[in-house]
Amino acid sequence: MIHQSAETTSNFLTGRLTWESVPFHEPILLATFIATALIGLAVFAWITAKGKWGYLWNEWFTSIDHKKIGIMYMVLGFVMLLRGFADAIMMRLQQSMAFGDNMGYLPPHHYDQIFTAHGVIMIFFVAMPFITGLMNFVVPKQIGARDVAFPFLNNFSFWMTTAGAMLVMLSLFIGEFSKTGWLAFPPLSGIDYSPDVGVDYYIWALQIAGVGTTLSGINFMVTIIKMRCPGMTLMKMPVFTWTALCANILIVASFPILTAALVLLSLDRYVGTHFFTNDFGGNPMMYVNLIWIWGHPEVYILILPLFGAFSEIVATFSRKKLFGYTSMVYATVCITILSYLVWLHHFFTMGSGASVNTFFGITTMIISIPTGAKLFNWLFTMYRGRIRFEVPMLWTIGFMLTFTIGGMTGVLLAVPPADFVLHNSLFLIAHFHNVIIGGVVFGTFAAVNYWWPKATGFRLDPFWGKVSFWCWLIGFWVAFTPLYVLGLMGVTRRLSHFEDPSLQIWFQIALVGALIIGCGILANIAQIVVSIRKRDQLRDETGDPWDGRTLEWSSSSPPPAYNFAFTPVVHEQDAWWDMKKNGYVRPTEGFIPIHMPKGTTAGMALAALATISGFGLIWHIWWLAFASFVGMVAYAIYHTFNYDRDFHLSAEEVTAVENARTALLAKAKG
Amino acid sequence: MPVRLFRGLIAVSLLAVLAGCHSDVLRPAGDIALQQRDLIYLSTFLMLLIIVPVMLLTLLFAWRYRQSNKEAAYDPEWSHSTKLELVIWSAPLAIIIALGTVTWIATHKLDPYRPLDRIDAARALPADVQYLDVEVVALDWKWLFILPEQGVATVNDLVLPVDKPVRFRITASTVMNTFYVPTLAGMIYAMPGMQTELHAIVNQPVDTTGVSAHYSGAGFTDMRFRFRGLPQAEFDQWVAQLRADGGELNREVYLQLEQPTRAEPVRHYAKVDPALFKAVLNMCVDPNKMCMSDMMAIDAKGGLGKAGIFNVSQLSYDAQRARGLERPRPNYVLAMCDTDTPSYLARTSLSSEAAARAAGNTP
Amino acid sequence: MSSHAISNIDRKTFFLREEHHTENGTMLGFWLYLMSDCLIFCSLFAMFALFGHSYAAGPSGKDLFDLELVAVNTGLLLLSSITYGFAMLQMAQGKKSGTLIWLFITLIFGAGFLGIELYEFHHLIHEGAGPQRSAFLSSFFTLVGTHGAHVFFGSIWLVVLMVQVAKRGLTEANCRRLSCLSLFWHFLDVVWIGVFTFVYLMGVL
Repeated sequence: MIHQSAETTSNFLTGRLTWESVPFHEPILLATFIATALIGLAVFAWITAKGKWGYLWNEWFTSIDHKKIGIMYMVLGFVMLLRGFADAIMMRLQQSMAFGDNMGYLPPHHYDQIFTAHGVIMIFFVAMPFITGLMNFVVPKQIGARDVAFPFLNNFSFWMTTAGAMLVMLSLFIGEFSKTGWLAFPPLSGIDYSPDVGVDYYIWALQIAGVGTTLSGINFMVTIIKMRCPGMTLMKMPVFTWTALCANILIVASFPILTAALVLLSLDRYVGTHFFTNDFGGNPMMYVNLIWIWGHPEVYILILPLFGAFSEIVATFSRKKLFGYTSMVYATVCITILSYLVWLHHFFTMGSGASVNTFFGITTMIISIPTGAKLFNWLFTMYRGRIRFEVPMLWTIGFMLTFTIGGMTGVLLAVPPADFVLHNSLFLIAHFHNVIIGGVVFGTFAAVNYWWPKATGFRLDPFWGKVSFWCWLIGFWVAFTPLYVLGLMGVTRRLSHFEDPSLQIWFQIALVGALIIGCGILANIAQIVVSIRKRDQLRDETGDPWDGRTLEWSSSSPPPAYNFAFTPVVHEQDAWWDMKKNGYVRPTEGFIPIHMPKGTTAGMALAALATISGFGLIWHIWWLAFASFVGMVAYAIYHTFNYDRDFHLSAEEVTAVENARTALLAKAKG
Repeated sequence: MPVRLFRGLIAVSLLAVLAGCHSDVLRPAGDIALQQRDLIYLSTFLMLLIIVPVMLLTLLFAWRYRQSNKEAAYDPEWSHSTKLELVIWSAPLAIIIALGTVTWIATHKLDPYRPLDRIDAARALPADVQYLDVEVVALDWKWLFILPEQGVATVNDLVLPVDKPVRFRITASTVMNTFYVPTLAGMIYAMPGMQTELHAIVNQPVDTTGVSAHYSGAGFTDMRFRFRGLPQAEFDQWVAQLRADGGELNREVYLQLEQPTRAEPVRHYAKVDPALFKAVLNMCVDPNKMCMSDMMAIDAKGGLGKAGIFNVSQLSYDAQRARGLERPRPNYVLAMCDTDTPSYLARTSLSSEAAARAAGNTP
Repeated sequence: MSSHAISNIDRKTFFLREEHHTENGTMLGFWLYLMSDCLIFCSLFAMFALFGHSYAAGPSGKDLFDLELVAVNTGLLLLSSITYGFAMLQMAQGKKSGTLIWLFITLIFGAGFLGIELYEFHHLIHEGAGPQRSAFLSSFFTLVGTHGAHVFFGSIWLVVLMVQVAKRGLTEANCRRLSCLSLFWHFLDVVWIGVFTFVYLMGVL
């Protein structure tokens, strides 16, 4: 009963946190900790040696420039991708060796945390930061705005998301993470069946990050509704902005449900209420409903912006106007609305009646109609185009082929009797990785390759880009085809050990696939490193390296802090294309002062306090949780007394920046 | 008929992939699972009708309209065609209408709550058919099967007679699980305090496994059971043997059995308390507890008023089953019974802490 | 979408020479926030609808609620909404002290509401009918408590705004903030009408 003391002697000062909470006895975690600490120290030392702390603090951490916040989101997403992928490799390794007498190298206690962490991290701290980052960087520029509607809130949202990610990472080294699967279904996630801190880490990481996500959703909705430049009516908005609008509507209309579900779960755990318990009249199935009412829109939140990115890329690289803009917009809106009517397809097997299952099965299938229309639109955009197979276009074609299969298996799972045999099987796992990797991840890489030159002023190296593309594409199919097969053999998910030796070969193939994806990730890193080293060769001075069609390509790369010296006026759907074709002359004089918001440390400070408060709640260190929460409220109030939040960039400063661009453009031409 | 041909083709190609391994989903032993498999084939075929052309066109267009191919037409402003848009919306719509119809019919026909209407594709169900009742309880982390008619029970060992319709009634003791025998029929959740049903039939002798498909905690991975279909005579023999072997499953034995264990071996019981399943379902195997059904009847009448406020120990269920901290530790204490602790509170070390809390003494 | 109409702009004009002022989005943003908050309340109402009769063989609303007390409470909150409206009228006329006085009265009503609610909660818990007793009480305490927490933070916000108006007067920023809080305060009123009807009246009658 060594650990009993850890539970019962919860003391005032440190709650239930003791030295035993630090997993010194687990070699894998210890090694991870040492490696992370060493890398962290190295980065810290490097930044210190270069004297870059001031630069990072002033130009990035406290910045409220949507472009910089966007880039920080992408960095966060990529760092967390490495963690989430490490979890994936560990699972694949365990499943490929744990047969018969061989129990593998991970005990269930550890394995169960890994599959939970993998799901949580990949959805909340990889995919979400990726799409939020892209929307941040691109949307204001596409609509001809200087920034988002609430720049400070934007910075705060980013740091809240980061705070959530920090808590998840902390669970590696202090205590442990949830062992309940990524949606934490009660009663398993209740205090009686999961008494340790894992579920609490899960709850508070998601709640804190969720605040950021909801606020950023509101921010983007207002930005897109209110801040479009003159002439940009709704039906002249770029498709990416349209999909971003719909994704943010989904965020605002679904994340509160997640918040509510997690509040109720935490009340069950902390206060002893009976929402989702077995006894005293509780009902765990309500949690399942609530979490999926959020969860299904969530997958469209992830994929919609990337549908938008693919639309931009297909049109640009086919050198052709997007086919069927109007139907594209309506398809997006249809998907947005329908995504609220399908949540029950995640639990057909929970015993609802045939009529209910039929309803939700058919609504799910109906979503495939607008999605199919989108695919056809991309297809006919390529038709009679002049396709350049640059890296973003490769990802797009890879997506079109891969995602189609994922969509097909998805519709198959929407047929309730088919779902009865495939639900919770590895077929399901293969399906959603097929749409998330094939859609969200491929889309993110396509978008990063596409917009990178806008953000940095130089392109990404195409060779390493192609290596990474082929590794990801091949690796994906090698890793997940076996899972489709295993699912059809009746093998279910989340198992850490198998008896039947005939299955082993499939898991070994899947491991090889995961390793190929690993090579793809290494190639991604190589691509970035090589591109930075070769940046002079890859330099783009025009600001428009792909012969783009939308407004973001009209400015310099990287764009000035104010985005547009003069607010653009839009006449056509592809505004920049129209400007290029119809005799737009870039203004070179007559600049006026520009009103800009100031950077602030408030976002970081509030998020830091939220992290501490979350930590206190997780470990039952009540004084800490309370004090930091009060601190948060007090700091927020203090912040509202600061009325001095803007400054004017003088006309001379604007002129200097614009003259530099004039010189660059002349050099590029000559 | 082309549909059948295509279905055959899909079946052949899938089977080729799965050659050499036993594919429970694609080569089932029961009629329900067989119909579900056929539905997978049919839906896949319907969708391939549109998926294959899309994929081929993607490759074709990508190749044909590559930049270096100067012979291909180039029409940079062409972005709208009402006819084409009509096609690209109506083609998926047509497929979905077909698939939706199939779904409508199949979902109603294969509803797990619905009694069967045939033995297999060739044989209708006799009018006076008797269902074999099987009561299923998902425990931590093993399966309990009760055959009420035969009055016997097993742990992790499900045996059914061939060609006999079966009605499962399913519940769980602590957390959610899913009852899934891939070769027999689709899965359905097993949830504490709730009953789900499944109707199925096994049409040929078979010896394979069933699992829990919904993650339920540390011992989940070993929560599998042996599933056999035996000809009626052999089944009767098996029941007789089971009866002869002895062993009784009453409330005390159940309360011991439901404590968390991993990789539980097969167990047989010759005699079962006939009210046990109902008690499990109502969370009142322990006679000191109020049954859920009684509680709900009281609630329907408006509760017990303020007089019932302190009536909580009768109702508390989860706390007695609480799992302890599951950190790995150097050695396991497998049981900590002492004479002062009532038997149903004695737990393995996994929940020793809860036992201590409930019994009010410190180990 | 008046700001996006450009009928008066030449087809060959691709930018504006003068500073372009976009409409301030704060009110829209705050309204969107309220809608997201409304969804949280919707979830809690749904929980109450589901668990409203799960007494777990314990007391029901009929046994526990003191309708007269709740009626007083409802009156206080409704009055506070009216007085906030008066504050807004004073604000519209640019009268700083009038605004402050009505805000203060609103605060008193809000505090009274909170006081009575805390008394009710304390009384129930003291009787043993705390949120742990049954799913019905869990959902009752959570729904009513969440509303109460909103009123509490609204009151803190009210105090902050009173200080800011006292210090800086009815500036544009302060007026915008007062309008946001006004939306918030009336929103809480609407939610409370739902709580009063569905939880208390339908629970007792």
